[in-house]
Amino acid sequence: MANIRFSRKLFEKEIGKLDKTMQNKIAMFGTTLESFDDEEIEIEVFPNRPDLLSYQGFKRSFLGFLGKEKGIKKYKINPPEKDYVVKIDSSLKKIRPYTACAVIKGLKFKDEKIKEIIEIQEKLHNTIGRKRKKIAIGIYPLEKIKFPITFKALEPDKIKFVPLEMEKELSGLEILQRHPTGREYAHLLAGKEKFPIFIDAKGDIMSMPPIINSNLTGKITEKTKDVFVECSGFDFEIAKKCLNIIVTTLADMGGKIYQIELKGEVNEKTPDLTPQETPLSIENANKILGLELDEKQIKELLGKMGHEYEKGIVKSPAWRTDILHEIDLIEDIAIAYGYENFEAEIPEISTIGEEDKKETIKRKIAEILSGLGLLETSSYHLTKPEDMFKKMNVPEKMKNNYLEVEDSKTDYTLLRKNLTHCLLRIFSENSDSEYPQKIFESGRVFELQQGKIIEKESLSVAVIPSNFTEIKQILNYLFKMLDLEIEIKETENFSPWFIDGRVAEIRINNKKIGEIGEIHPKILRNWKLKYPVALFEIELEEIFELIKEEG
Amino acid sequence: MNLKKIVESLSQNERKIIPYLDNSLKDICKKTTLDKVSVLRALEFLQNKGVVKLKTNKIQWISLGINGILYRKKGLPERRLLNKLAERIILPLENAKRISGLTDDEFKAAIGALKRKAMIEIKNGKIFLSAKKEEIAKKTLEEKFLESLPRKYEDLQPEEMYALKSLQERRGIIEIKNKTEVNITITELGKKLMKTELKNEEYIEAIDEKLIKSGKWKGKKFRRYDVTSPVPEIYGGKRHFVNQAIDYGRKIRTEMGFKEMTGNMTVSSFWNFDALFTAQDHPVREMHDTFFLKDVKAELPDKKLVEAVKKAHEGGIAGSRGWGYEWNEEEAKKMLIRTHTTCLSSQTLAKLKEKDLPAKFFAIGTNFRNETVDWNHGFELLQTEGIVVDPNANFRHLLGYLKQFAEKMGFKKIRFRPAYFPYTEPSLEGDVWNEEKQEWVELIAAGIFRPEVTEPLLGKPIPVLAWGPGFGRMIMSLFKIKDIRELNKNDLTQLRKMKFLIK
Repeated sequence: MANIRFSRKLFEKEIGKLDKTMQNKIAMFGTTLESFDDEEIEIEVFPNRPDLLSYQGFKRSFLGFLGKEKGIKKYKINPPEKDYVVKIDSSLKKIRPYTACAVIKGLKFKDEKIKEIIEIQEKLHNTIGRKRKKIAIGIYPLEKIKFPITFKALEPDKIKFVPLEMEKELSGLEILQRHPTGREYAHLLAGKEKFPIFIDAKGDIMSMPPIINSNLTGKITEKTKDVFVECSGFDFEIAKKCLNIIVTTLADMGGKIYQIELKGEVNEKTPDLTPQETPLSIENANKILGLELDEKQIKELLGKMGHEYEKGIVKSPAWRTDILHEIDLIEDIAIAYGYENFEAEIPEISTIGEEDKKETIKRKIAEILSGLGLLETSSYHLTKPEDMFKKMNVPEKMKNNYLEVEDSKTDYTLLRKNLTHCLLRIFSENSDSEYPQKIFESGRVFELQQGKIIEKESLSVAVIPSNFTEIKQILNYLFKMLDLEIEIKETENFSPWFIDGRVAEIRINNKKIGEIGEIHPKILRNWKLKYPVALFEIELEEIFELIKEEG
Repeated sequence: MNLKKIVESLSQNERKIIPYLDNSLKDICKKTTLDKVSVLRALEFLQNKGVVKLKTNKIQWISLGINGILYRKKGLPERRLLNKLAERIILPLENAKRISGLTDDEFKAAIGALKRKAMIEIKNGKIFLSAKKEEIAKKTLEEKFLESLPRKYEDLQPEEMYALKSLQERRGIIEIKNKTEVNITITELGKKLMKTELKNEEYIEAIDEKLIKSGKWKGKKFRRYDVTSPVPEIYGGKRHFVNQAIDYGRKIRTEMGFKEMTGNMTVSSFWNFDALFTAQDHPVREMHDTFFLKDVKAELPDKKLVEAVKKAHEGGIAGSRGWGYEWNEEEAKKMLIRTHTTCLSSQTLAKLKEKDLPAKFFAIGTNFRNETVDWNHGFELLQTEGIVVDPNANFRHLLGYLKQFAEKMGFKKIRFRPAYFPYTEPSLEGDVWNEEKQEWVELIAAGIFRPEVTEPLLGKPIPVLAWGPGFGRMIMSLFKIKDIRELNKNDLTQLRKMKFLIK
């Protein structure tokens, strides 16, 4: 999510005093007031409204919401001057097929303004631009460029220019390897045979989108008054919207908008600020919102949100990217109406509440065990490979069937296969807590078997210091209370953390559901435990089934 | 308590030590033949009864270390070296070491000490004795100090402090221990008690089987207990506090007529994202935010549903423009661990029949985000989810359900403001008022599922009210916890002390 900051003085001069009511209005417009002091105001803009990512864009919409302006703000669009042409080459097809361009004249670039524009550009890159993958924006000083411009793809070694913030000429590949911005976005061009470039009529390369502009033809300075703007990417509609957002922001800063003629597969003049039309049913709006608004009220409310309503059709500004369906307009009606003005209501519909049966059984098991003085614990589902395998002495050939997450930011990278190691970890972390320690946990364990994920509910009980007799007493008590019969059977085939001869299979209806035993001192040492541990772990799925059948 | 009652409350050990209260602790032990622990315990009890006042002083006690004991017997290394030197005046270093019988360390220390005192000089690998006879005969500060041990640290004179420091630099000579010293002051009450004749009248201590059976209590007195004195704490077994809170959340929901949804924590991108109209290039679908699983691919549900979802994303469905991109089936097959319990809602809606409407469902469960861990963040989060599927549902109902739930969870003041989620429209966030901080705290995310979600899943755009408050925050507020890591910390000392949730 993106935040924007602007001067409080400017806000109070152009919009209004930032008192409690105004603070609340900002939140109720859908832009959270993150923070403010005497100098600055910071608000959060949700990703569906990139048109609010500049002070100018926010002011334009917020004045409407406050009722100070109404409908779609009008901007004058000048037709292209004689050679304002951008040719789009078919070589771009699979590389970066689209661009939408414009010229803005008469800007005054003070140092501060340049910074502001770069910030807006970066925010758009990171939101609707999807970190330049979908859309990248370039801004160039008009006086350095000669029209017509060509947008085409070229082999990387044929691309040679001095990129911004560098003094030496680099090739396309060198830019990806050596320039800091090049390295950051290299993945967007990596592996492509050709890289996209804008090149002017003099043959000067202006930029290599979505990476970097040329230092010669693509650098804005305080002397710049007129600029050429382009948005390139994979989605022409979004490129055009993005261009609309930038040109109207620049126009609000005092610039005049001129169109560019695009020539190639699409032949269009951009920017085009013709409003977008969406049909709206007043009946649907009232039904969804639970209101009884008439046409006049709807018109009024939509007007506050910068739309224009006429006979079932809503015209929306060409810089709004979020109107996909009438439901988006209905939300705007709700915002204009004010979320605080809706009367909350609970309808009289009768439904029957029901807890999941497994949860009931799990709760009963927990009650039985806590009655024995055991404490329930709650571990993470993700675990460390070291904890699940190494410390448990799992041999290399048995380290399988586990699920691993990609690119975890912590060292918890596997989904747990059992709870046993989690309970030993708890003992290990609690060596300064009073003994004996008697704990249990029930929860989900995960396994990968033949490409399929098996998720099961599991239960483990562990006691330190303890022995086989004590843990078996607990197991027996639990199953007596559940009124289920289990069988304890000697086994040769047991988990590597138990002691041979002090481990058994727990069976129910001739089916193995778990293991019970004493933990081998090797494992105790791995966990730095000074006392003996006995424990059991069982799958609960069979128990759920048996209890349900009886149920 | 009056004197009589106090007399009746005295235990046998207390009776034993009362006559000797004006003695030192050591002497009390001697005279009563009780061990120190029993005497101290009895003194504590007497203090509780106002008979004595105890003052414990921490003192630092200087005593001899292992080497110190040895040196007191055999002499410090420098003394031993000096004695050998006194016989010969000049000695080569090599010989000196052999003759003195010192270890390397001792020899080095001895040379250093004697040089510091200007008693020797070293030239050309030889030691020259420069001290006079009288000087040699005199005991050094260190020697005197060593002989005076053990001592209290606070009693040391300045030159003794110097000796202590120089000896402390050498291994094992000095040991300093912290000891506590108990001073007994007898109160007025105590003085009276000492004068009172404590008849050897038998008081009954603990009641046992024999006593009950024999009836020997008849005519005897029970020793009075100090019923106000503290006892050691005990702790019982209990459910983890997170599960107590989850059970409470579950209770509220079932009371409100909601049916529980459960399901796998591992889920396909299809159910977690695509069915919820989250575009495939949405940042949440990057590895940076979501835990994708290695080496496994999902099977997609029936073709009709997949086609409808694809259409919703690409060109739109139910009057929508769609996101306008090419939807990729492979992307939908990526398996992940769920980022929200809303994936249970999407699966539930796909199974729902129109005759079952209206219907209300809830879920409480763990979700996962690829995050680092600090007091405010973690990679596992608890969420509670609610949906109402009702052809007549509207935005005001949504606010009603949320208000009711928040009130039941103990939040009295709530406000709603616009928000954005890819799968709901209108969307909102609910803030609750935090009295302590005097500010609004975000708690609930909610909205009505978009037609692009409901049309493919339900076959027609029936309104579905949906909300998903973070449950972790509510639990933290219920148990007054400030650090989110405590939810999975499993500190047994803390768990034993944790209060029950009385709700």
